[in-house]
Amino acid sequence: MTITYREALRMGLNEALEKDERVFLMGEDVGKYGGTYAVSKGLLEKFGAERVRDTPLSELTFVGAGIGAALGGMRPIVEVMTVNFSLLSLDQIVNTAAILRHMSGGQFSVPLVIRMSTGAGRQLAAQHSHSLEGWYAHIPGIKIVAAATIDDAHGMLGAALADPNPVIVFEYPALFEMKGELSAETVDISTAKIRRTGAKVTLITYGACLPKTLEAAEQVDGEVIDLRVLRPLDMAPVLASVRKTRRAVVVDEGWRSGSLAAEIMARIMEQGFYDLDAPVARVCREEVPIPYAKHLEDAALPQPDKIIAAAEALFA
Amino acid sequence: MSAHVAPPPSGPVAFPRELSLALLTDMLRIRRLEEKAAELYGAGKIRGFLHLYIGEEAVAAGAMRALAPQDNVVATYREHGQALLRGVAMERIMAEMYGKQEGCSHGRGGSMHLFDAATRFYGGNAIVGGGLPLAVGLALACQMKKEDRVTACFFGEGAVAEGVFHESMNLAQLWRLPVAFLCENNLYAMGTAIARSESQTDLCVKAAAYGMATLKVDGMDIVATHEAAKRAVAQVRDGKGPIFVEFQTYRFRAHSMFDPDLYRDKGEIEQWKTRGPIHTFTARLKAQGDLTEEQFLELDRSALAEVQRAVEFAEKGTWEPVADLAKDVYAP
Repeated sequence: MTITYREALRMGLNEALEKDERVFLMGEDVGKYGGTYAVSKGLLEKFGAERVRDTPLSELTFVGAGIGAALGGMRPIVEVMTVNFSLLSLDQIVNTAAILRHMSGGQFSVPLVIRMSTGAGRQLAAQHSHSLEGWYAHIPGIKIVAAATIDDAHGMLGAALADPNPVIVFEYPALFEMKGELSAETVDISTAKIRRTGAKVTLITYGACLPKTLEAAEQVDGEVIDLRVLRPLDMAPVLASVRKTRRAVVVDEGWRSGSLAAEIMARIMEQGFYDLDAPVARVCREEVPIPYAKHLEDAALPQPDKIIAAAEALFA
Repeated sequence: MSAHVAPPPSGPVAFPRELSLALLTDMLRIRRLEEKAAELYGAGKIRGFLHLYIGEEAVAAGAMRALAPQDNVVATYREHGQALLRGVAMERIMAEMYGKQEGCSHGRGGSMHLFDAATRFYGGNAIVGGGLPLAVGLALACQMKKEDRVTACFFGEGAVAEGVFHESMNLAQLWRLPVAFLCENNLYAMGTAIARSESQTDLCVKAAAYGMATLKVDGMDIVATHEAAKRAVAQVRDGKGPIFVEFQTYRFRAHSMFDPDLYRDKGEIEQWKTRGPIHTFTARLKAQGDLTEEQFLELDRSALAEVQRAVEFAEKGTWEPVADLAKDVYAP
């Protein structure tokens, strides 16, 4: 079946609500409006206002209420419209969801799923174009996943709901119109996956940079690894690939300094240093706020030509 | 400020004698536990932050006896009293303050993060206002699952300055959630007097702005706090929506053990001490023949003995092996 990424997300939500009556969706404009990206369109009509709940613009409180509802035995899916607005809910995510189990001596787990869209590339300027997956991946106690394919857009939600921990599922509006085959495979939230086999260089990425990285890989015989799970990281496929190709480029839409890319590079250095024939390289967001003008925004983001250039430089 | 301190609570106590003695015992247990905790802090047995509730005991005591076993409780970092009266054993509270694995949070939380799943005690939240949305969510789960549970949420007046307070009031009232917001207004957010931080110092007005029912109570009078808590809990349990209760109270000790308490007038503290919830209630019970000095001393000895047992338990407690450091970061 060929569907769009958006339809895959909607299918995932629909199945989750059908499967378990403890599951409910809560967030800004998820109901009557149909979701700001039309992801939850039709769900209010099908499941009712009790289970598809429009909230006030109170990110801190509805995320915290999701935590409380999870503690109370429900399986909430909280949608924070975009990662940009999730900054208003950081206290509840970092100071409660992530640490409650450890701080309570193992007594209280938080089986909460938070969905949020993220990323740049649509001329939305500096306040609506952040890529902060790396920030969230810094925090122990939460799991962070990034859906870059049709299968993951469909299946990561169900896997996240089955997990007893708080899970943040990142979704990518830049990919919403992407079409692809929905396979029957079971989706996990524990492994990184090889999306293209190649011989010369390992290209490691996640999220909306995956299609760009796949495009670049055609030119450089790259092996593309989709991290999928940003915390806890699954480094085994990365290290195995580097052992084979002996070169690596990390492609990350986040800013360079203190980035997830930096963490991946450090781990390759720690665990695969002697497999390398060249320093590990990276292509990240330029260290500027994202500008509105298209040519400037394009220049600020990882692009296939930059990835190709970074890979080729490793052979210079 | 000190000119506005009301006279001490007085007059007849209409409670059955048994209830009166139970409430007095509750307050004495908190007081003696915390006096010992302060002493042990000085001795280096308890570290980190330690926030004492001394002076405010009538709030927790009055409220806890209005709750049922199935109810949820969310509290702040000044929560020894709430945890104790909710039913967490004093031994386990003391062991937690010692950092021992026999503590109610396995030694992971300390004084500010007491937790107990068995009594539905959800902490021990040390971010001001952080417990409010949690309580909203617990109440939402109860509403959706059609469970007969009231969620009681304690917080200080400092929390009303946080945006999350207003968001939580709005959402709780909008969805008519079964939650009782119990505000302990002790007049100081750490060192900042309420009049120096709030344009509107009548806290009930803020909750009422969201259409919420409110009650304002003398938090130093156990008769008033218990009656108000019973009314509040009954309204929530009857499905009439959330309620906001302002308990006007005062802490006799500094904010924490690190606080030199330079922002309050000593005369003001002394005036408030004349309103102390334990000695005023004791005097009222004696005046109406419900309590003799010997009976009071017996209750006090019993509280002190419990504290002594708690200290012995904590002293004998063990340290969690360092090998378990990363345990419970994630649920398996």
